[in-house]
Amino acid sequence: MCLAVTGKIIALQDMLATVEIGGVTRKISIMLLPESKVGEFVLVHAGFAIQAIDEEEVRKTLELFKELEQYADQ
Amino acid sequence: MLTNEEVKTAADFFTREIGRLAGEQPIRLMEVCGTHTVAIFKAGIRQLLPKSVELVSGPGCPVCVTPNEYLDTAIAYSKNPQVIITTFGDMLKVPGSTSSLAAQKAEGGDIRILYSPLESLEIAVANPHKKVIFLAVGFETTAPLAAATVLMAEKAGIKNFYVLSAHKLVPPALRALLMAEDIHVDGFLLPGHVSAVIGMAPYEFVVDEFQTPAVVAGFEPLDILQSIYLLVKQINEKTPKLENQYGRVALPAGNVVACQTLYKVYQRADAEWRGIGKLAGSGLAIREQYGNFDARTSIPVTVEATQEHVGCRCGQVLRGTILPTACPLFGKSCLPEHPVGSCMVSVEGTCAAWYKYGAGRWQG
Repeated sequence: MCLAVTGKIIALQDMLATVEIGGVTRKISIMLLPESKVGEFVLVHAGFAIQAIDEEEVRKTLELFKELEQYADQ
Repeated sequence: MLTNEEVKTAADFFTREIGRLAGEQPIRLMEVCGTHTVAIFKAGIRQLLPKSVELVSGPGCPVCVTPNEYLDTAIAYSKNPQVIITTFGDMLKVPGSTSSLAAQKAEGGDIRILYSPLESLEIAVANPHKKVIFLAVGFETTAPLAAATVLMAEKAGIKNFYVLSAHKLVPPALRALLMAEDIHVDGFLLPGHVSAVIGMAPYEFVVDEFQTPAVVAGFEPLDILQSIYLLVKQINEKTPKLENQYGRVALPAGNVVACQTLYKVYQRADAEWRGIGKLAGSGLAIREQYGNFDARTSIPVTVEATQEHVGCRCGQVLRGTILPTACPLFGKSCLPEHPVGSCMVSVEGTCAAWYKYGAGRWQG
């Protein structure tokens, strides 16, 4: 039920955003995330943006996973 | 993005460290969220863990914890020719006391499956002489959406839209599990998308009052492995704390606008959970101010006397006290095509996930 996907906002009109999710576009409400901007990645749940994706945190998570390589086969 | 090699290296690291830190003592971790249950099966994470580390599913499938009384009420409404029921697809096959929404639909009930609760408003506008009732089921992730839909209906002057709320809140359920004498959990994988809305603060009692490790977890296989690693590390070092593995989405403060929207329309109320019972302040009821959107108070209905299904052990599965395989009905009279209990219905139900992904193990 709490399934959510990441989408990129490609257009905004009032409280509606057009998001691209894996190559598919659809309109969602940004009523719960009114500060959304074009170009941002948001978490989409049942037709609403519910949270902005923190790209800096994404980068940190990926860095951390990559850094684990130095511990490989120890 | 990570290359396959990088994913493998990271997974190897976490798996090895979990094995090293876990030791021989049994560790019982609960993934509270049904979406985690499915992700864990899909990625085959159980098979990567040492024998001493057990993952049990919790009460985090909203459809599963919805009691029969609610379903019976929804079914009773669906028999009213003036009513259109709108719902997420998961609810359709859930058996009530004597029927299900799917059975009512087959008999001509106007029951429509939605992607978004907002679609209810389009249906209400297109059918001005009907009463459209949205089955508002779900945790803090979903409840703000239903609340936003009510606010939009109010703004647009739509008067034939109603909500039948069975929303539930995760933290009170965690408290009930931690206080139950027959349940032992060494650490919680906390639901990432609920946390994206409510933030971290509502979980602090897990550590402060119960000294139980807790990690807010994402849904990718590496997110889950890292979260298990963080839990096992806390247990090994005897330093229970609340950690956030899913910082890219679950901000410490959550989504303030979503929470404000939620509590503008709803207020906390006592709620019945299948398998757990009535928990104080664990559900959401529509505030009096928005009472004209509340199906229960606005549209009279007669509901049949609720009966429980004999033999179904869904309640114990939801509390994490037994695995689905311990239920005598599992895989026999209770199958995804003919579910006896709600845990076999939702794709995120523990029994359904065990049946779909766990065949090799439960058949021995």
